[in-house]
Amino acid sequence: MEKKLALGNEAIARGLYQAGCTFVSSYPGTPSTEITEEVARYPEVYAEWAPNEKCAAEAAYGAAVYGCRSFAAMKHVGLNVAADLLFSASYAGVNAGFVMCVADDQGMHSSQNEQDSRHYARASKVPMLEPSDSQECCDYVKLAFEISEEYDTPVLLRTSTRVAHSQSFIRLEQRTEPPMRDYVKNPAKYIMTPANAQKRHPIVEARTERLIELANTDRLNRIIPGSRKIGVITAGIAYQYAREALGDNATYLKLAMVHPLPTTLLRTFAASVDTLYVIEELDDFIEQQVRALGIECHGKDTFSLIGEYTPERIRAKILGIPSAQVYDAPAVPVRPPVLCPGCPHRGLFYVLGKMKLTVSGDIGCYTLGSAPPLGAMDTTLDMGASIGMLHGRNTVRPDEAAHAVAVIGDSTFIHSGITGLINAVYNRSASTVIIADNSITGMTGHQQNPTTGVTLKGDVTAAVDLTALCHAVGVKRVRVCDPYDIAELEQILREELAAPEVSVIIARRHCALLKTVKRGKPYTIDASACKGCRMCMRIGCPAVSFADGHAAIDASLCVGCDLCARMCKFGAVKKGGAV
Amino acid sequence: MLNIMIVGVGGQGSLLASRILGSLFEAAGLEVKLSEVHGMAQRGGSVVTYIRAGESVASPLIPKGECDCIISFEESEALRYLPWLKKDGTVVVNTQHIQPMPVLTGAAKYPEDIRGQFAAMNVNVVAFDALGAAVEAGNARCANVALLGAASKVIGRTPDEWHAAMRKTIKPALLDLNFKAFEMGLKAG
Repeated sequence: MEKKLALGNEAIARGLYQAGCTFVSSYPGTPSTEITEEVARYPEVYAEWAPNEKCAAEAAYGAAVYGCRSFAAMKHVGLNVAADLLFSASYAGVNAGFVMCVADDQGMHSSQNEQDSRHYARASKVPMLEPSDSQECCDYVKLAFEISEEYDTPVLLRTSTRVAHSQSFIRLEQRTEPPMRDYVKNPAKYIMTPANAQKRHPIVEARTERLIELANTDRLNRIIPGSRKIGVITAGIAYQYAREALGDNATYLKLAMVHPLPTTLLRTFAASVDTLYVIEELDDFIEQQVRALGIECHGKDTFSLIGEYTPERIRAKILGIPSAQVYDAPAVPVRPPVLCPGCPHRGLFYVLGKMKLTVSGDIGCYTLGSAPPLGAMDTTLDMGASIGMLHGRNTVRPDEAAHAVAVIGDSTFIHSGITGLINAVYNRSASTVIIADNSITGMTGHQQNPTTGVTLKGDVTAAVDLTALCHAVGVKRVRVCDPYDIAELEQILREELAAPEVSVIIARRHCALLKTVKRGKPYTIDASACKGCRMCMRIGCPAVSFADGHAAIDASLCVGCDLCARMCKFGAVKKGGAV
Repeated sequence: MLNIMIVGVGGQGSLLASRILGSLFEAAGLEVKLSEVHGMAQRGGSVVTYIRAGESVASPLIPKGECDCIISFEESEALRYLPWLKKDGTVVVNTQHIQPMPVLTGAAKYPEDIRGQFAAMNVNVVAFDALGAAVEAGNARCANVALLGAASKVIGRTPDEWHAAMRKTIKPALLDLNFKAFEMGLKAG
């Protein structure tokens, strides 16, 4: 059988293909993005980017209710947005299988919090599967659809950064597409009025009981034998770390399904080992439930609630074997992510910092405008919060409304910003909102969105006209400018901040990493003209450095955007090849 | 078990290098796991890819003190990940410097005399100008493959196996260029 080295996310996409999934809708979010990008390569699968996770989940759920296996992927915080659908879909159940993937980000490699999404499975009373490598990613997708259809429930598939973004081998199998299921109108099942929902809730509770019976079988959760001195209950990537750390020194209960838990299996397993550990990253989700069964175990008394685990930490804590580390960590300055050379957001944040404005920030590449030397941001919380928080601020501090702006990207604005803008207009806010429109969803690696005029599959479609959209919701003052024209941008900001109503400034310039954006020749510094004033250093470009009294440009990093040349009053920054 | 780390600055092309290694070990019939960095760190942050190959591989992450070879695309990044190097392991490093933002803003200093620091700790180091080698081969973007060339002596496998791995992962039009960069790295190593 053909095998392939595949990312966890690519394996999930392959699993979707093989399991006969026909509809996928998602919003990009690290570490889940590649699932939907990869599945879009299969012509047999319809795949789309939705404006946000709630829209995506609803579309996928609709496809399932009306007969086709369907799927939606999102990062952990995306499930917060889609949760409204999930809790009621749990009651209504499915028709064809419906699976949602939620990708947690232990260690917060690319996220604003470290939430443990397993709680959603318990709270919404739906089963959750958790793979530990790429083959399991592929296999569990199929299993998730089977459980979804057999038990009439949405199923959550939980990954983590190290499963989603690690490669291991998968076996490639053929696609089996189940026939489209009939849809039969059934208001008592699909219309969640109180009277109907009251009848559905007992069905949900009975379903959980049946799922626990399933969990007690070895179809899902398996025991990997080793020494009975140590027993380990674990799942997902933590299983791989534990296996690496402890090898045959332990017996493992490796859970494929982390909700609901196999109560009988937990009891018999616990009784079969001397010392029991629950090894799970983040919250004591399994441990609490094990303890509730009256089983003594070690868990968060030994391991942290915070961040990623490592094999060496598990080995040290349980076996007392110290790390093999030879060399101490030398002193090296931190290297935080930065706005790329040529990034359109750089000009914008330079101006906001120069004007000393309070900046209500949002989620995207432009969050990096918060870092020194730009440092032009006060808050960043969640998708769309920039506009909502600014409205709250300006309402309680009306005299300071002319000193604050919201900054939100094009994709984030469509995701959740537009509702905040409507709120601001409706409630007569004096907010000034900047849409940093780089014409792509940037941070997650260039996904199309409703403003770009292109679908996930590459087809041309209608593009949201941001100016018209803002006018349509009642914004009278809408301005468009190039964020690299820093003088004009500053002038527009002064005018709009002075206006006692909602204004929108669309700062529009393409992401410098887009293939359609031409890379210019690197700029150079004429050392004889450079006065050493360091103005060019204020924009925080990684290509511009300062030594021996004058600036220098790293030709290997410079993309020829010219922003530093615009900063120089002495003409010392020369266009490529001019010196 | 062979443990390799590719470290550098987001955007330097470490994903291709790790894919070449994955293909190399796959062809050798080994179990392989790779762990990559996507998302925010790719925007100029410090990035690390773990590559593990052997009879059986559980964790995709390499424990500290167990890495056979650290391939670093930038000089100070080699220093950052030194705690992962095993005793008698080798560091293959591009001598290019990319100053992190805290250094550019004056909040921190770029480490001085990195090769001297390695020497003082008796670390096996292969240091060379991979960017220069790549430019000489014909394209600055081949610095990653030049570094692989230098690391190939530590990693092992035959030149034919390396070429086959590159054929599987690099566009045909760019193959000759990359073969040349690989050769230059091999000579430097």
